[in-house]
Amino acid sequence: MKEIDTSNVQLIAIATSLFFFLLILYLIKKKRIKEEYSLLWIFFAVVFIIFSFWRRGLDYIAEFIGVAYPPAALFIILLMAVFLILIEFSIIISRLSDKNKVLAQEIALLRLEIKKLRKKKKVKKQEESVAGDQDNKES
Amino acid sequence: MSEKKHKGLIIIPVYNESASIMRLIYELAEIYPHWDILVVNDASSDGSGELAESTGKAIVIDLPYNLGIGGCVQTGFRYARNHKYDIALQFDGDGQHRVEEIRKLIKPIRDDEADVVIGSRFNVRHNGYKTQTLRRIGIKIFEWLSFVLIRQKITDHTSGFRAYNRKAFTFLADHYPTDFPEPEVVILLGRNGFRMKEVFTQMLRRQGGVSSITLARGPYYMIKVMLSMIMASVRTRIINEELDGYERD
Repeated sequence: MKEIDTSNVQLIAIATSLFFFLLILYLIKKKRIKEEYSLLWIFFAVVFIIFSFWRRGLDYIAEFIGVAYPPAALFIILLMAVFLILIEFSIIISRLSDKNKVLAQEIALLRLEIKKLRKKKKVKKQEESVAGDQDNKES
Repeated sequence: MSEKKHKGLIIIPVYNESASIMRLIYELAEIYPHWDILVVNDASSDGSGELAESTGKAIVIDLPYNLGIGGCVQTGFRYARNHKYDIALQFDGDGQHRVEEIRKLIKPIRDDEADVVIGSRFNVRHNGYKTQTLRRIGIKIFEWLSFVLIRQKITDHTSGFRAYNRKAFTFLADHYPTDFPEPEVVILLGRNGFRMKEVFTQMLRRQGGVSSITLARGPYYMIKVMLSMIMASVRTRIINEELDGYERD
């Protein structure tokens, strides 16, 4: 009875981690995730696949860390994965907001230069038309 | 004529200050006719930008969305750098600063005594400027922290009344921090070897607009700013050979 239970767990674990791994690959293929941002996801998906096949490994790690309950080791790995990926997100967001700011500033500066050029052109045109009028009168 | 020798730019960061902006521009243009006035409109919703434009005496930059005071002022420094000004002066648009006192800030830069001059409310005792106790405590903490970090006594870290020479604003055009930047800039500049000087200036109650630091945001503000200050002091120095070219000419 006990044997069947655990193997069920193992089957589910293998299925979910494989699904997870394939999902990431699918999203990359569809260009919904860029390769450079998917590396951590792929890494942890592989880690989960490994541990779902190699159940002894979890026991080794639990013993090494010093937790009495092997599944707790799984949670530790899971938490680490989530933390690392979230930190990666913070880095990406910070970089993006910085680039975004520079873009906004450059757009504003360029708009000003365009405004100045337009004004100059207008003034020039007016001068030309005034000069043209005078020529007409003289002739 | 000696006024014209230095090409100067007055940068006014503006966010919803339609009540005071026009009068300020006219006043500045009258007292400092040789200076260019740059209004950086931080996506105001009350038409401050159009009002500034309508005076015909100011160059107006309209930011496409609200960047906050840091990104707003930095845009001014970028403009100053692109157009090769000699001095850039930051002047708040809400009527807190006194137009006549700009001279005080410019002088040490003209005389090459400092790269950055900060107009301080607290440089002299009993100057009559009253602030809330909590705000005062915060400002004291900044004073102490920056003394620990860069060994320089600056009394008014939050002042937005500042003058910069070309070397300083060229540096800041690329490295100005965002989100409550003023205290962090002091550390950043001190860390990179800029000479800073404070002069006493009187500040008036703001005529329009509201402070960005409300009671609710106070703790966030203090923690964020102190973290930024400490981080700015432990980062490696940015200044390099490339900038040294601007030093003296």
